Amino acid sequence: MWRYLARRTIQLIPLFLIVTMLTFGLMYLSPGGPETIFLAREDKLRNPEEIAKLRDKWGLNDPFPVQYAKWVGNMLRGDLGRSFTSGRPVMEGFRQRLPASLQLGLVSLLLTYLLAIPLGVISAVRQYSWMDYVASTFSFLFYSMPVFWVGIMLIAWVALPSGGAIPTNGYANPNITLESSGLVPLIFDRLRYMLLPVITLTLTSMAALTRYMRNSMLEVLREDYIRTARAKGVAEKVVIYKHALRNAILPIVTLSGSFVAGSLFGGAVLTERVFAWPGVGWLSLKAVNQQDRPVVMAFLVFGFFVAAAFGFLTDIVYVWVDPRIKYS
Amino acid sequence: MADPAVRKGAALQSMGLAKEESQFRLYARRFIRNRTAMIGVAILTTFILLAVFAPVVARENWDFLDLMATKKPPSGEHWFGTDIFGRDVFSRIVWGARISLAIGFVAAAVSVIIGAIWGAVAGYYAGSWLDVTMMRIAEAIDSIPVLILLVVVSSLITRSIWTVMLIIGITSWPGLAFLVRGQFLSLRERDFVQAAKALGAPDPRIIFRHVLPNVLAVIVVSATLRIGNAIIFESSLNFLGYGAPPPYPTWGEMLATGRDALREAPWIATVPGIFITLTVLAFNFVGDGLRDAIDPKMKR
Repeated sequence: MWRYLARRTIQLIPLFLIVTMLTFGLMYLSPGGPETIFLAREDKLRNPEEIAKLRDKWGLNDPFPVQYAKWVGNMLRGDLGRSFTSGRPVMEGFRQRLPASLQLGLVSLLLTYLLAIPLGVISAVRQYSWMDYVASTFSFLFYSMPVFWVGIMLIAWVALPSGGAIPTNGYANPNITLESSGLVPLIFDRLRYMLLPVITLTLTSMAALTRYMRNSMLEVLREDYIRTARAKGVAEKVVIYKHALRNAILPIVTLSGSFVAGSLFGGAVLTERVFAWPGVGWLSLKAVNQQDRPVVMAFLVFGFFVAAAFGFLTDIVYVWVDPRIKYS
Repeated sequence: MADPAVRKGAALQSMGLAKEESQFRLYARRFIRNRTAMIGVAILTTFILLAVFAPVVARENWDFLDLMATKKPPSGEHWFGTDIFGRDVFSRIVWGARISLAIGFVAAAVSVIIGAIWGAVAGYYAGSWLDVTMMRIAEAIDSIPVLILLVVVSSLITRSIWTVMLIIGITSWPGLAFLVRGQFLSLRERDFVQAAKALGAPDPRIIFRHVLPNVLAVIVVSATLRIGNAIIFESSLNFLGYGAPPPYPTWGEMLATGRDALREAPWIATVPGIFITLTVLAFNFVGDGLRDAIDPKMKR
């Protein structure tokens, strides 16, 4: 197992190189640079000498391979460079924004799995019952909706009519702190702000997962060993939750890595934008708008690492749910 | 089990997202009997007709401004109300159907062509350095969340409707490549491939004439589902400010601009969203219907 994981880590190295080269190449080709921000401020944009000086200072006149090697080398030492717009380390910005993103992402992730798996199982076990129809309609509908539209609709038809009881943007009321109001109002305030973003993200990611779970469970319920279990008189509950569920969950675990990285991560970026949630996604979208290359590059690589981390997690969970699997 | 691409292919397969082809007519019969698939076909037919006959159906041209009648709620005169510039939302929905559907079809086609060829070549030469390289590249692209990649690439180029289609296609093919590769892994061991080889058929001929047609059903299902996805991607890009540029209306663009008037005129953002949802839903119904027709084991 550990040897397998070590090998997977080694396999990540070429992947990492391709991703970083792709990222760096994309950015290398992009227009703009720190001069468009700093010199424009001082109205020196017409002065080619100043531009050359500044680009030199930022190391932008080095040949492509040198720039790339420097960037990757620094990144491996935890230095992602400095933002073109603020001049501050990119890492600092990410560190500040990460807690908000994690809070939104993890709560939604947890709710998604907690709701989608039972819903999918019930749908499959009671196939064609009214429960199944409701669950299927729900998952088809939300699967077909743009994430950000769900958010906008919640704002338009829930938050705005609530007259301010449900906030439409932001992370917390800055006037409510632990010192001024105490713990309970603080938690209540945070929950209030989290309500719509979490609902948006959970509903849309649940939709796909419920569907996967239902299909996987239906497939397993047709297996011979389920018929055998029933024939030998095993209680239906045990058949479903012990025999069927454990097998049905395997494909879900496999797809979870890419599901979390793609659906949840992408959804989170959109959700952060809709609700002005001060997370990494929002920060990075702003950076894209401002052509703040170091931040954008960091974000692309960050996306890669999130995906890789969930890939690993998938492998570990896989062994745990399926003892037949032995990595060698 | 060590190869993640294989495992992903196998997982998709075990969930009925992949299966080989058999007789076309049997599929057609099963497909027609599928109620949800037929609902999907009905919705899509309606929307495609709307798009084709836009000049007849739309009550006003898509750029007709009536600054005296901005943000009017839905009424007999303006079925879906008017937007912040006093343009008739219904008319723009109808005109927008043209571009939104076109983006969906073309983007999906681009992604399917790249994904199918990539997966086919990698799968046929599985285990070789070519396969390893191709799969690493596919995994690398797949490992960056699509939306992020889309936004970044879009921010770097001059945008037009065509580039939006292309970018969506170019960034979203790896999933299909894994799927097709998985199918090729088992197909290439089959007798007919050995026979073709023995007869001296060149590799490209074996890959594209002998093996690929066996995977066509999988590709068609995946293509259908991709059209819906592409429409969602287009609207997301638009919402983030990187969509097809004005003045042409797309549903995504209408939705994005409607956001600025949520309080006074919520219908402007609501209506295009409903159309996007219905369209994507219809493509999903049809895609699932096709899959069930090809692989009825999934159904009951």
